[in-house]
Formats: sequence, structure tokens, C-alpha cells
Amino acid sequence: MVPAVSTETTQLSPPPPRPPNPFTQAVEAIGHTLTKTVEDIGGLATLLGDVVRWAVRPPYRVVNLMAQLDFVGVGSVLIVALTGVFSGMVFAHQSARAFEMFNAKSLVGPTVTLTITRELAPVFSALMVTMRAGSAMCTELGTMRVTEQVDALETMAVNPIQYLLVPRVLAGLIMVPLLVMVFDLFGVGGGYFVSVAVKGVTAGTFISRTQQWLDPEDIAEGLIKGAVFGLYVALVACFKGYNASGGAKGVGQATTEAMVLSALGIFILDYFVGVLLH
Amino acid sequence: MAPPAAQPMIQIIDLFKSFGSHQVLSGITLDVPAGSTLVILGGSGSGKTVLMKHMIGLLKPDSGRVVVDGEDIVPLGPEGLERVRRKFGMVFQAAALFDSMTVFENVSFPLREHRKELQEEQIRALVKEKLGIVGLKNVEEKFPADLSGGMRKRVGLARAIVLDPKIVLYDEPTTGLDPITTDYVDEMILDAKKELGVTSVVISHDIASAFKVADNIAFLYQGHIVDQGHPTKLRHSEHPAVKVFLSTWFGKN
Repeated sequence: MVPAVSTETTQLSPPPPRPPNPFTQAVEAIGHTLTKTVEDIGGLATLLGDVVRWAVRPPYRVVNLMAQLDFVGVGSVLIVALTGVFSGMVFAHQSARAFEMFNAKSLVGPTVTLTITRELAPVFSALMVTMRAGSAMCTELGTMRVTEQVDALETMAVNPIQYLLVPRVLAGLIMVPLLVMVFDLFGVGGGYFVSVAVKGVTAGTFISRTQQWLDPEDIAEGLIKGAVFGLYVALVACFKGYNASGGAKGVGQATTEAMVLSALGIFILDYFVGVLLH
Repeated sequence: MAPPAAQPMIQIIDLFKSFGSHQVLSGITLDVPAGSTLVILGGSGSGKTVLMKHMIGLLKPDSGRVVVDGEDIVPLGPEGLERVRRKFGMVFQAAALFDSMTVFENVSFPLREHRKELQEEQIRALVKEKLGIVGLKNVEEKFPADLSGGMRKRVGLARAIVLDPKIVLYDEPTTGLDPITTDYVDEMILDAKKELGVTSVVISHDIASAFKVADNIAFLYQGHIVDQGHPTKLRHSEHPAVKVFLSTWFGKN
């Protein structure tokens, strides 16, 4: 009897929708973000596989690769050099202030140089490339997708992954380590200038102490990180742009997602690559 | 009309396709005889574009077969599909020209990809010839952004026919064009059939244009082909959806 009565009540007046519970909403939001992240990681891994597969088979898109090397690498030299100079200067200034307190200014040189080569150069170079080249890659590919230019390539029997994505991902992989070298050079130069010309460290101390502490492995660590970040940010830009949908708004959203995913990924990868290398 | 005995260039057999829980195509069966023009007519969201994308292998069906020039293309991988796609030219709704390239680079693109033996002068000559067929000259160095919608569409057709394909697919070729350009595009489709002997598939919701260019019309409604045949047969269709759709045009004319 009891179930029958309850059924009848339900039929007569369905219960009013419950007010949204903030707790469930929060859990839902977190769950949604997690699912999306897992989806993105899966998508990136699949795309990486496709890019590798299409990179090794002819025809090799040399002209496209050159254009991307120029765009990602050559085009970023100036902003990477500027970022490098000022990071080195700021870092030398701050560490000189700190070391002055316990009369250890001779350590400014190695501190600046090690931090730049191991950490600042790869992270900042990759961030600058993300901003400048990653955003452009993502919007360009996204626009090509939503205006059916990617479909057009496919109907013309040209594989869009091979034609569009492989050169961009390779450019990231090759050029970011080279930009890391540029950053190293200008960053250490900026640090040297502030230490010697402003903070009164002697040139001899700066150079000899740096030589004493800096090993080739420190530079190599920065270059390896640069390669990993370069591959990652180019792949993210390609992934988000290539899968964009929904017109101009969709392209904008894809670019935002690409920027966030790239920047976050750089810092997360930085930790794990650093741990793996030691 | 094409001779009835001709082997179909495209055959679609019992095709089903859904996106998530949304059933878009439900059991489509369709023949396109070689050398004929089929217009797939239907309203927005009826699944026309999805159907066309299956013909060239841009989408894979949930079930069913797509036979192009005697070969089932559904099981093909990327390499097989690239081979099949060389039989096709496709004209996109918004032309889909590469906007970073000039008109010349756009039209010569398929030649540079697939006819590597050609010399530079031969490429120039072929591009000029195809642009001539679509009624364009002295536009080679312009960029797509500098052209009108109708001109872009014609460049799109020139690019689609530059490799002399057996089949040309048109995705809503007259949508968004003024009446004179629409007429021009219709003539262009008829000329391409007459001069190049291509098999054409046109998806459209433009009734006037459809009745002008079609050898056969298939009417797509909610994922089903509800009626198909010669335009005069469609004109007197008893299916309610077809009647309503056609009355929007013939009712007024």
C-alpha cells in the first residue's frame, strides 16, 4: 500500500527542484576540471603519437619547417634576449643585496649563473615562446579549422597533421633550446653588468667564482628542459588550435585554454624534469 | 540525364551515423550515376553536410558502405583515403581558400602536391586555364581577403578541378550569393559537368538552383532520404516534408 500511495503523490505533484547545493557544485566543478585535464593529457599523448608517425614519413615539409623555425626561433630572439638581460640584472641586484648582509658578495656570480642556466632560461624562454608563437599557432590553426581550411587540405589528399602540425612541433623542439642559449648569454651578461658595474663585485671574482661552480651539466640541464618545454608548448598550441570549434569565440576559447595549459605545464614539467635529471 | 545503365560513381548503402546520442543519418541509400549531377536538398540540420563528408571519407559511418568508383572507402586507412581523395574536388561553402596564400598559390597547391613532375610554366598555364573556365583572369596575385564572395567561390572551384577530378562535391555553392552570382555559379556547375564530364554532388537548400542543375534530386529530412528521383518527379512529390519545403518556392512562383 505505502509504495502505491507514494507513487500517486509523485504523479500529482513532482517535488520542486532542490536549490543547488554549494558543496555538490564545488565537487562537480573540481570533477569537471579533473576530467577535462585527463582528456587533455590523453589528447596530447595521442596527438604526439600522430605527429611522430607523420614526421618520419615522406614527403618532408622542409619549406614549412623553415618558415616555422624562422617564426618560432628567429622571431623570438629579441624578446628572449631582452627578458634575459633584465632577469639577469634583477637577479644580480637582489642577490647582491642579500649577500651583502653577510659579506658574501663573491657568491653573486655563481648564484646568478646557476639559476639562469638551470631554471630561469628554460622557463622564461618557454613562456615567451608560448606567448608569442604558441598563441599565434593556436589562433592560426583554430581559424583554419573553423573556416574548413583543414578539411580542404584533407580533401586535397594532403595530411593536415603532416603539413601543419609536424613543422610547428619540430620548430618548438628545436628552437626553444637555442633560445635558452640566447637567454643564458644575455642573462649572465646582464647579471655580470649589474654585479660589476653597479654592485662593486670585481670582474675577476665574478668570473673565477662562476668558473668554480658552473659545470657543463648545468647548461645541459637548461637545454634539455628547453627541448621538453618547446615540444610541450608547441604540441599544446597545435592540439587546442587543431581541435577548435565554434567560430571566432571557439578560437578565442581554444587560445585561452592553450595559454593556460602551456604556462601551467611548463612549471609542472620543470619540477619533474629537474628531479629526473638528478 | 546520364545513361541509366552507367555504373554509379558513388554508391551509398544503408548508412548510419550518430554524434553522441544524436542520430544524424538513419539508413541512407543513394546512387550517383557517373557523369550526372545529384542535388541533395534539405533544410538546415537535415544532415546534408554530414552525408557529403562521408562521400570523401572525412567522416566514418557507424555502419553502412560508401562505394566510390567501385571501391568501398569505409575500411580505408589514411593512405588509402588519400588515394581515393585524388578522384575528388570539393568546393566549400565559404570557399575555404588558404588565406595566407595568393589565388595562384591556392589553385596551384594541389598541382604542387600531386603533380611534382610539372614545370613552373606548365603549372602557370594550368592555373590560368582553370581560372579561365570559372571566368576569372588577372586575379592570380590577389589574396582571398581581397575578393568578393562569388569570386572566392569560383577560385574554390578552380582549385577543386585543377587536378581534373572524376567527382566534384559542392557544399552549398549558392548560399549567401546575390541572384546574378547564383546564376553564374549554376552555369559554372553545368559547364564543369559538360566540359569536364565530372560527376557532381551538390548539397543545397536553394530550390531554384537545385532544379536548374540537377539530373537527380534526393530530399533529405531528419536523417532519411524521403524522396528521390528526376526533378519533375520531386516537383510532384506526395511526401509532406517535401511539399512544404518546395511550396516555399513554387508556391510563390
